[in-house]
This record gives sequence, structure tokens and C-alpha cells, in this order.
Amino acid sequence: MALLFFNGNRKIEQNMNFIFDAGTVLLATIRDILPILLLIIGFQLFVLRQPIPQLRRLVIGGVYVVIGLAMFLIGLEKALFPVGKIMAAQLADPTLLGGKKIALVDWTSYGWIYLFAALIGFSTTIAEPSLLAVAIKAGEVSSGVISPWGLRITVAIGVAFGIALGTFRIVTGTPLYLYIIIGYIIIVLQTFVTPKKMIALAYDSGGVTTSTVTVPLVAALGLGLSEAVPGRNPAIDGFGLIAFASLFPIITVMGYAQISHWFVNRSLKKNSQGEKNEV
Amino acid sequence: MDGKLSSGSRNNGELIFRVFLSNDKKQVVMSSNLIIMLNKLWDSFKDLLPIILVISFFQIIVLQQPLPNFVEVLFGSIMVVFGLMLFVQGLEMGLFPIGENMAQALARKGSLSWLLIFAFLLGFSTTVAEPALIAVSAEAAAIAAEGGLISSTQESMKSYAFGLRISVAFSVGIAILIGVLRIIRGWPIHYLIISGYILVILMTMIAPKEIIGIAFDAGGVTTSTITVPLVAALGVGLASIIKGRSPLLDGFGLIAFASLLPMIFVMGYGLIIF
Repeated sequence: MALLFFNGNRKIEQNMNFIFDAGTVLLATIRDILPILLLIIGFQLFVLRQPIPQLRRLVIGGVYVVIGLAMFLIGLEKALFPVGKIMAAQLADPTLLGGKKIALVDWTSYGWIYLFAALIGFSTTIAEPSLLAVAIKAGEVSSGVISPWGLRITVAIGVAFGIALGTFRIVTGTPLYLYIIIGYIIIVLQTFVTPKKMIALAYDSGGVTTSTVTVPLVAALGLGLSEAVPGRNPAIDGFGLIAFASLFPIITVMGYAQISHWFVNRSLKKNSQGEKNEV
Repeated sequence: MDGKLSSGSRNNGELIFRVFLSNDKKQVVMSSNLIIMLNKLWDSFKDLLPIILVISFFQIIVLQQPLPNFVEVLFGSIMVVFGLMLFVQGLEMGLFPIGENMAQALARKGSLSWLLIFAFLLGFSTTVAEPALIAVSAEAAAIAAEGGLISSTQESMKSYAFGLRISVAFSVGIAILIGVLRIIRGWPIHYLIISGYILVILMTMIAPKEIIGIAFDAGGVTTSTITVPLVAALGVGLASIIKGRSPLLDGFGLIAFASLLPMIFVMGYGLIIF
């Protein structure tokens, strides 16, 4: 199938290797998909005792899933992982940052990395379809107080700040758990003052931001950066960007909920003086 | 692809019969499928578009040098877009509708134990197949091998990556189970989340520091393409059936558990193997 497009000007040996790799990936993929299929079919037949509706669609869909996942994983290996690492290496290159060939230890020299991290975080989050779905639901829950666009921008700012702070942490080599603990404390404090309706939604918004395409790229960025900055160990410092990307949206969304409720309450109080409003 | 299809349908005589009968309809279905596929293709391209824009901005304006291995990267990106398109399309054709119906049917059936078993297995099986998790755990294994934490043979890297995925999948299973219990019993979410945070912090103190980064990341990695739609369907389906629960309010929150528990379990995994 798609393997045929890959003939190009590569050596036949590499091509054979690639086909072999693709075969392995395909087999592994089938193994990965198997549990869901067993679960759905098993429950349908033995617990609910109903025939499987539209079996043909399920079979074709299953084939799509397996081939699609295998292609995605191969493409990841060829595109997203290398690009993340290359970008990190190039943006942390001493010749770009001030022209001197010495190893940089000062965190202020890595401005481009922070900007790159923030932009990747912001742009991928704004375009994230599952966030859009959640944002529309949130608008309904809050009866219009939370606007879908406001929520999307809030979450995107949270992710952008999170990933940028994450790269700062890798550059400085400060321990990850300190940031996480401080983040947790802020979230716990905010939980007590946020309108109850918004709490579950805010917690969820941390999880939905990081899409299947973004996660590998951001992970590779962190690993590449920890290899490029002198004195950092990828095993200890390389991870953590995704953790930040799922932590900070919770804080910004709760903040947004508090601020918009405060504004709505204030304008309501002005409109109907003396009358008490329920939140 | 065609070969696979026919070998799949050979096992099922009824299926061939049905395909044979509905040859005319097939034409119509095919063309509407094509439109859906093109839509999906555009959708998964949109996932990649912001990344392309940001990277080209940096390559052209800031770095002013071409990306090395440009052809390979381009080829890989095309694979990513097409792969994701097929993957999502396949899920929506078969698994999602059945999974959603099943979640609702089980909720209506009223058997708590089956519902909890289903919740656990759903969390487990969708996480095992999650593309981002497969990718990141393989990368984590390579890094651990480079750092000398595990021996750098193919086999030990594979078993480390597999162990990571299994512990994450197991924890997501438990998380969905707890989340479903919460919806049924109506426990307030923030107590559960806050006690989860406390557990995370306690684990951080005893876990080996090489596992902490990947453990924190595991929380965000788990919840993407497959898990979110099915789990959300389960939550919303449940909340709409149980009296006194609002689907919009109680339906949320499952994802939050699914991104919290993996941190705890992966740190536990690190305690065992390092």
C-alpha cells in the first residue's frame, strides 16, 4: 500500500529493512488493538447477549484502525520525534544564542526555546478538536458565562505557559516535583473558591489538551533539549513537559471561571440592586 | 487492504451473502465514505498544521537554515496524517458506536459488578492501544537504556516499555472504575482528586528520581484519541440514566482520574524495577 510510495531513490536494502519494520509494527499494532476488540465482542455476546450490530462495518473499521495506527507510528518515528529533537538542538545551539562557541549555562540565553515551546503549546491547543467539544459543553454547563472561545484561549495560554515553564525547568535542571507540588497546592486552593459546576470540567481540561500529534513532538522537544543543554541528564530532566501541559490548564481554567463569575455577579448586582443572586 | 478484507469476510458466510446482496447500495456507501474520509484527512491535517506553521516560522526566520532530512520528515508527516485519518475513521465506523451503546445498555441493565468490570476493562484496553503512549514509552525505554538504568538490549528495552504501558493501562482501568463508582454514588470529585494529589506527592518522595519525569508525563499521555471519546460516552451515558445526576456535571471527571492515577502507578513500577 503506502509502502510503494517509498521507493524514491533509496537503496533496496533499506527498503527491505523498512518493509520488515513495517511488518513488525503492523503485527504489534494488531496485538495492541486486540484487547478492545475482545472486550467489545465479549461483552456484547456474553453479557448483553445481543448480536453485534453492523458486523461488516466493525470488521472494516478494525482493519482501518490497525493500518492507520501502524502508519501513524512509522510516521512518528520518521517525522515528529526527529523534528522535536532537531529543533531543540538547533535552538539551543550556542552559535545561535550569542555567537560564542562556549557551553551555555545561563538560563536567560535560551529565549528562543521558551518562545518555541510556548508557540507550539498555544497553536496546537487552539486547534485541538476534543478541546472544542469540551468548550461547547462547558458553555452549556455554565449557562453562557463561560464562552467557548474564552475557554479555548484560556486553556491554550495554560498549555503555552506550562510547556515554556517546562523548558525553563529543563534548562535550569531544577527538580520537577517542586513545580508539580506547587501547582497542586494552587489547584487545591482554587478548588475551594471556584464555582462547583466548573470544577470537574477544569480538572478534565488538563487531560484533553494534549493530542496524539502534540504529545510525541513535545516529548521529543524535552528529550532533545536535555541532551543539548550541558549538564542535563535526559533520563532525569528530559521528561515533564507533558505533565506541565496538563497541569497548568487546570489552574487557568479555574481562574477564568472565577473571574467571569465575579464579573457576572458584579453586573447582576448593579442591575438588580439589593436583590441577592445565587451563584 | 482489499486482501485483508476478503480474508476477514471469508470466515463469515453470512457476511459475504450480505455484501453480495447489497452491491448497488455499496456504490452509494462508497462515495459517501470517500467524502467522510476526505473530511477526516482534513481534520488530521489540521492537527498537524499549527506545528508546521510554528516550525517553518522558526526554520525560516530564526534559524535561517533548512530542516535536515527534509524528505524523510515530509514522508513521515504524510504517514502521520494518513495514519491518524484511517485510525479515527476506523474507530468511528465500528468501535465507537458499539462502545457507546454498550456503556448505555450496561448502565440500564443495573448490574453494578458488570458495570465496574466493563469500566476497568474499557480503561485498560483503550489505553494499551493509545498511539501516543506506545510512542512515548518506547522513547522512555531508549532513554533509560542510554542512561544505563536498564541493559541496552532490544529485549530489556521492549520489556521496560511494555511494563510502562501495562502499568499505565492498569491504572487507567482502576481510574475509570473509581470514576464510575463516583458517578453512581455521587461523591464530590474534589475530595478524590485532592487525595490523589497527596498520594502523588507521597510517592514522589520514595520513587527513584529517574522515573518521576516519565511518571508525571504518563498522566497527560494516556488520554487522547481512543480513551477520551469512549470514556466520555460511558460517563455521560451513566449520568443521564441515574436519577439526580446531570450528564454535563457528573459526566465530566473521568478523564481527570485517568490522568491522575497513572502517575502513582508508574512511580510504583519504578520502585519495583530500578
